[in-house]
Amino acid sequence: MLTFILKRLGLAVLVAITVSFISFSLLFLSGDPAAALAGETASGEDIEAIRRLYGFDRPMLVQYGEWLFSALRGDFGESYYFKLPVASLIADRLQVTMLLGLCGILFALLTAVPLGVAAAIRPNSIIDRLALFLSVAGQAMPSFWFGLILIVVLAIQLGWLPPSGASTWRHFVMPTIVLGYYAMPAIMRLTRAGMLDVLESDFIRTARAKGAGETRVLFKHALRNAIIPVVSLAAVQMGFMLGGSIVVESVFALHGAGFLAWESIARNDLPTVQALILVFSMFYIIFTFLADVLNAWLDPRMRSA
Amino acid sequence: MSNAPDPLLQEIQGPSPRQMLKTRALGHKGLLFGMAVVGLLVLVAILAPVLAPHDPYAQSLMNRMVPPVFMGGTWEHPLGTDHLGRDYLSRLIYGARVSLLIGAVAALISGVIGTAMGVAAGYFGGKVDAVVTFLINVRLAMPVVLVALAVVAILGGSLTVVICVLGLLLWDRFAVVMRASTLQVSRRDYVAAAQVIGASTPRILLTEIMPNIFNNLIVVITLEMAHAILLEAALSFLGLGVQPPTPSWGLMVSEGKNMMLFEPWLVLIPGAVLFVLVLAINLMGDGLRDVTSPEGRS
Repeated sequence: MLTFILKRLGLAVLVAITVSFISFSLLFLSGDPAAALAGETASGEDIEAIRRLYGFDRPMLVQYGEWLFSALRGDFGESYYFKLPVASLIADRLQVTMLLGLCGILFALLTAVPLGVAAAIRPNSIIDRLALFLSVAGQAMPSFWFGLILIVVLAIQLGWLPPSGASTWRHFVMPTIVLGYYAMPAIMRLTRAGMLDVLESDFIRTARAKGAGETRVLFKHALRNAIIPVVSLAAVQMGFMLGGSIVVESVFALHGAGFLAWESIARNDLPTVQALILVFSMFYIIFTFLADVLNAWLDPRMRSA
Repeated sequence: MSNAPDPLLQEIQGPSPRQMLKTRALGHKGLLFGMAVVGLLVLVAILAPVLAPHDPYAQSLMNRMVPPVFMGGTWEHPLGTDHLGRDYLSRLIYGARVSLLIGAVAALISGVIGTAMGVAAGYFGGKVDAVVTFLINVRLAMPVVLVALAVVAILGGSLTVVICVLGLLLWDRFAVVMRASTLQVSRRDYVAAAQVIGASTPRILLTEIMPNIFNNLIVVITLEMAHAILLEAALSFLGLGVQPPTPSWGLMVSEGKNMMLFEPWLVLIPGAVLFVLVLAINLMGDGLRDVTSPEGRS
């Protein structure tokens, strides 16, 4: 088990370093970052001054090393636009995104798992068909459009919820639904498939033969086994969702890290963009690492992989 | 000898695999629906100049935000006009071109990259496999929307840039699926037989491996095409994808957003078309998987 954790940790660190290098090199994609920063009207001298000020005149690898080591100490430099340290800017905004991600994954789990179980108990029933319909529709739904429809119906026509902002829990209802619905189909399908699989297995037949009640069979025996892969999928989805919150946050004007990403991209604020890509990747890497360790702990067969 | 099949022989052999595939495909409602809708929209995209009642770029400031015909408009503009007086139906029709083009080309680019990586990893194993698996891990860790937005913002939004960015980002599922399929196929006896008779590696890959993983490849291409179309719409919606005045459905939703309070159809119509197209492509992909994969044959 320890070998597995160490190996997996090594992989996570390598992935993190590679991602950090890619997000750093985005700065150089534009050709000359100093010229981009100075703007179109800048003279050659201005560009040269900026190049020296930000240290763009040194070799790229030296700059990367310096950036990485400051990043490890929690220093991502200063935002070009907000003129604030990037780290504190992100830390401020991350709370909203984390809260949204947490609500979203809870919403997804609370709808997907019961629906998946109900669908598996009675395949081809109305509930199964409803579950299939919801998951097929969810996979095709453009989340920005779904969000706008909710705003039109729930906020404007019915007036139940505020259309945008983040000051009360009511502001989080619609973003949670949109973000949660994005993760729901995959979780629902996996729960359903897992339950169908488990319900056919021998130990379920044994449990029934022993005279265990149906509820006990379903929840104590079947669901406990079917839920294992769902937990790790939920962790992966959570990582995806934090990255996907950029669309939802901009639709509902929730001032979280996703919205910050959109603002800083639109304003060419590269230090913030680089840091955000790294932060969102780190979340994904940490979540998948935890999911793999959890899986290996629950199922020893996974440890060899 | 007549070419007509011998009825007795046919009875003994049973239906050919091709006939069985056809029967399964015709019995799959989702697949038929998906193919019909996608086929229709492809036709609409090809025939756009013939079908569109107006020039999608022609502005008419006298006719701004005319409502669609079912909301009290006239047949002059069946789906009304937008905030610049451009005919909404014509823009929708030309928008199908943008979505389908981006979806198809992006899926093609990512398909080539991902298939090459996946097949190499599955066939050669060892270090090649380790490197490819590592690259897949790195790619999955990068937030797609964020990276795509950033790159489009740096390079400037255009159809070509959006297609290339999406193509270079969406190869992960190809690599994962093609790696697994190749692993499975390369253990078969006919691959060993080809190796024994001294067939070259490219020959084995092209004539033994590729034909046998082709079905899975088609399924992933369809699903990734839907993915790319949704992402393009999201990028354009956020203002960092296809740039105005190009008629993109995501952009149309974004342009209609400001008038959503009074004219909700400006947002509803392009989003609904986008939803239907992606739904149809997904149903087609799921259906293809059901009818081609052995475990789906029940």
